[in-house]
Amino acid sequence: MLNLLRNLDRRLIFLIMGLAVAIPVLLRFEPPSEVTMMDRNVFDAVEDLPDGSRVLLSFDFDPGSQGELLPMAMSFTRHLAEKKHKIYFMCLWPLGEPFIEDAMKLLEEEYPHLKYGEDYMSFGYKPGGEAVIKNIIVDWKTLFITDSRKQDLDEIPMTAKLKSAKAMNLLISISAGDPGTKQWIQYAATPAGLPMVSGCTGVQAPLFYPYIPDPLSGLLAAIKGAAGYEKIMGEAYPELKTPEFVKARFSSTAAQQRMGPQFVAHLLMVALILLGNVIFFVDRSRGNA
Amino acid sequence: MIAKRTIPLVIAALVGVLMVATYFVPYTEQWGADAMEMFIILAAAAMVLGAGNLLLLNLSKISNRRPGWGYAVITLLAFFATLIIGLLKIGALPTPSAPGNAWTAPVVQEGSPFWWIYKYGLVPLTATMFAMLAFYIASAAFRAFRAKNVEATLLLGTAFIVLLGQVYAGVWLTDFLPTLESYVVASFPDASRDFVLAVGMQVKSGVPLDAIVVNGVAYADMTAEHHELALQTSDYIGGWWYQLLNGLRLENLTQVILDVPQKAGNRAIMIGIALGIVSTSLKVILGVDRSYLGSAD
Repeated sequence: MLNLLRNLDRRLIFLIMGLAVAIPVLLRFEPPSEVTMMDRNVFDAVEDLPDGSRVLLSFDFDPGSQGELLPMAMSFTRHLAEKKHKIYFMCLWPLGEPFIEDAMKLLEEEYPHLKYGEDYMSFGYKPGGEAVIKNIIVDWKTLFITDSRKQDLDEIPMTAKLKSAKAMNLLISISAGDPGTKQWIQYAATPAGLPMVSGCTGVQAPLFYPYIPDPLSGLLAAIKGAAGYEKIMGEAYPELKTPEFVKARFSSTAAQQRMGPQFVAHLLMVALILLGNVIFFVDRSRGNA
Repeated sequence: MIAKRTIPLVIAALVGVLMVATYFVPYTEQWGADAMEMFIILAAAAMVLGAGNLLLLNLSKISNRRPGWGYAVITLLAFFATLIIGLLKIGALPTPSAPGNAWTAPVVQEGSPFWWIYKYGLVPLTATMFAMLAFYIASAAFRAFRAKNVEATLLLGTAFIVLLGQVYAGVWLTDFLPTLESYVVASFPDASRDFVLAVGMQVKSGVPLDAIVVNGVAYADMTAEHHELALQTSDYIGGWWYQLLNGLRLENLTQVILDVPQKAGNRAIMIGIALGIVSTSLKVILGVDRSYLGSAD
């Protein structure tokens, strides 16, 4: 038996992992989501702003990280819309722009009373990473002449009088790497003293803890953070728990649904590590290791 | 000599000093922004170099029939197809403000061929690559994650706590340890629970007892009964017994690991890196390090 386990074919491990993810998805297994103080801090940063505040929402990720980050991107979009904040979308990653289009589509479908140019708009993608941030913090319009739809910024009500990113009341970066949250902290939030919250992938989260609570007042770490945020959102805005929102193209409970496969996968990982160590210690006690 | 060494050195020194100055002298802020704008233009031009390099590498692979040259053909076909469709905006509709000019179409337009390549080509491919990590990590964890020595055992223990604390399993496994909610349910009648919970949440967040506000009523204006309940809750939550047992819950242990040793270690690394960057930058600005000029000196 021990020999069988010791030489366990890795394809069998792949199969077990596949089942550990697939079965909870098929059975729609959804464990309860825990809300942490950090999730609440992020929620409060958006919630406590006066209605109609200016918020810059930067989608600094690509399709490779959308499984982890898209649910929180949509939650932020919904929260900002519920609070009637002015949403300024942009991205520092070339492949982030289609997600902005998705978020604006969500606003068109779920909040039809909000108008492009008056309540939300998109600057789209601009190459340069941190150089873009350094520029817009001084003067937005030397770098951006039009929005992503090629409309002159001076003709858009939201941007006609916009001078620089210092006019923002809150920065939100949803980040999968560089350029992302770290650059927004270093070149915008810190020098300009702007309030900021962020959402990031699980591997990035430990790198951002040193920036909490100042200048980063909150951080949503991966799907778990997004699930906690969704839960608070559901409590504060009960309509987000209705089938209309839950079954929407971008479900209002997408992250909570994804906690099921993650729950089983984590347990499997723990079991595999334990099993590997049991074999290791047995081998060592027999002098094989 | 002057063109190859002196002028680049002077440019590097001037721009370096300028970028430092923009942080401390507001007057120079616009100059720094102008310098960064030049950087952005250069960065955009670097894309051409990247494309040229991709072509060179793949064409040489194909012409030499090196192993895997078929993949190079696919790479180049995909590159040119995406480039041509994207640059010429094939199939994209112009903006309503300029209906006669197809070139005014936005880069990403739902339904256009470029969007189609992105949505049904790139998105599934990159998502698949990312998703495959779970399988490799599982296999590697089983084969390599061993408690061979003290350091590895510490790493293993920490990984266990964080892995379990990041999902509901953590709550479930240590559910027998007390929380504010379990204390409220076990110790107070229904009528008082909301009040005690509100007090407990504020005390847990570090609000002093005499500064708490529940349903708009400040502590000083509360009834004697509420004072008693608030004091009892505060004593319980502040007690070492509750602090110890509650702190041992896996979700709380995870948070402590992230907040204390992890944060301290990361800060130390970051400060070390920052000092290294300062030292390297000073060397470049002062012309001591000239390796970026491509010469040995």
